[in-house]
Amino acid sequence: MRAMIEIRNLIKEYRSKSSTVVGVNNVSLTINKGEIYGIIGRSGAGKSSLLRCINLLEEPTSGNIFVDGVDLTALKGEGLRQARLKIGMIFQHFHLIRSKTVYENIAFALKANHKSKEEIDTRVTDLLEMVGLSDKRNVYPAQLSGGQKQRVGIARALANEPHVLLCDEATSALDPETTQAILELLKKINRELKLTIVLITHEMEVVKDICDRMAVMQDGNVVEEGAVYDIFSEPKHPMTQSFISSLFQFNLPERLLQHCQGTIVKIHFVAPQAEEAIITDVLQAYQVKGNILHGKIEYIRDNPLGILILELIGDAVEVQRAIDYIRERTYRLEVIYHADGFSNPTIA
Amino acid sequence: MLTDSLIQLLPDLNKAFFQTLYMVGISLSAALILGLPIGILLFVTDKGLFLEHTPTKNILGFIVNIIRSVPFIILLVTLLPVTKFITGTTIGPTAASVSLSVASIPFFARLVETALREIDKGVIEAAVSIGATPWMIIKDVLLPEAKPGIIQGVNITAISLVAYSAMAGTVGGGGIGDLAIRFGYYRYDNTVMFTTVVILVCLVQLIQYGGDYIAKKVDKR
Repeated sequence: MRAMIEIRNLIKEYRSKSSTVVGVNNVSLTINKGEIYGIIGRSGAGKSSLLRCINLLEEPTSGNIFVDGVDLTALKGEGLRQARLKIGMIFQHFHLIRSKTVYENIAFALKANHKSKEEIDTRVTDLLEMVGLSDKRNVYPAQLSGGQKQRVGIARALANEPHVLLCDEATSALDPETTQAILELLKKINRELKLTIVLITHEMEVVKDICDRMAVMQDGNVVEEGAVYDIFSEPKHPMTQSFISSLFQFNLPERLLQHCQGTIVKIHFVAPQAEEAIITDVLQAYQVKGNILHGKIEYIRDNPLGILILELIGDAVEVQRAIDYIRERTYRLEVIYHADGFSNPTIA
Repeated sequence: MLTDSLIQLLPDLNKAFFQTLYMVGISLSAALILGLPIGILLFVTDKGLFLEHTPTKNILGFIVNIIRSVPFIILLVTLLPVTKFITGTTIGPTAASVSLSVASIPFFARLVETALREIDKGVIEAAVSIGATPWMIIKDVLLPEAKPGIIQGVNITAISLVAYSAMAGTVGGGGIGDLAIRFGYYRYDNTVMFTTVVILVCLVQLIQYGGDYIAKKVDKR
């Protein structure tokens, strides 16, 4: 796969008279053509600085940024401006020109590319149709909802047919329903235009829904990087684990543990096992009773990832056999509680 | 008695009124033509903006501050040689317009700069990220977005100029202020004094209402 964006040894420091704050600390990343790449981190992790370095809204202290093979850090003035025409960007707070209509806001981007009046007119009409705002053509941003404003932002960013779309917390100011609609739109754009999308967010849900690959940032460093499904199913860094646990949070009530008669196990499923009837099989094959206490299955870009907490009741030998059977056929199994005393109360 | 002296005063008053408008008109135009670009330059050359250039910013800011810190009456007298050079005379409304312009240009420039600072930095950043040229950003983002603020700035400048033009009367600049000083103050004629004050109040009110109305009309926020 061809690299669309290559970030090499990027360092971004913010210098003031009294101190130097490191925003991005020697980060190297490769983002492939046509993929949706997510960068996740808590506020202050440096993800926004990193993203803003990609189109040089912030000048890197050192390092190189290659977009479509061109080293942006070597460009200045007119050359940089030309390169930016091919890198769209959308923002958390939309940043539309309030004194211009929806049409004029999108036309502004095309004017920067010296398009003729006729070309602008056709292109804006097409873009408005793509983002579903054909009826808002001559409306001012103040009369639009947040989701509609972001759609205008997307249309504006795509006006000059960029190779890359940068999304700076693009859904963070939107309600969950609107967020879903905007994410669907981004997915559609990615599919239809083969556009490379880089997005930063602090919401795991966003990455889970639309990203192919992801990076986790902490204190200016990329602490974990890889395919979204791999990172979700096996998070290595504590930071990543804490992000994932916000999606898979299991706390069993104390009362339940007190009345527990059997063994409680936590089973991790990954695709394709998550689609098989393993639990039914084990309950039929061995002399045990199963009691589902807790569980969740998430679909990461249509691939299931599940966690199930199950109480197995029966003869100790049979229970052990059942556990072995499940352990062999699923991704991971942890025994978290035994009725005869052994317990592991730290249930993540 | 009162009406008599007013009727007598009418031709003078009429002349003075148009002299004031003339002075304010000229210096306001100068403020618009020169103050607006200076204000824009002060803003866009600031740190972190798309035409960041600290030397320009500092030199320009310094000159603006110097002119603004000199009391107008002193500026008026100091500039007499310049006035003489430009207009060939040091008295009359045209001569007074020179120093009024010199005072109003930096004044308005600062007001423009302040109005531009009110713009959400993100909108400017978005325009930069789109690949817009500096000129496009100024023309299509800065000016339209700051339009209500700039119109208020024109408003404030015009009102200040009405007040300053009255001071110009002290050096024989003409206008309503001149009338107020010569007839009202030096001759203790309260009727003239009162009438001129009423006219000035009306003029200022008119400018204020007009400006507010236009500013509101163009505001799309």
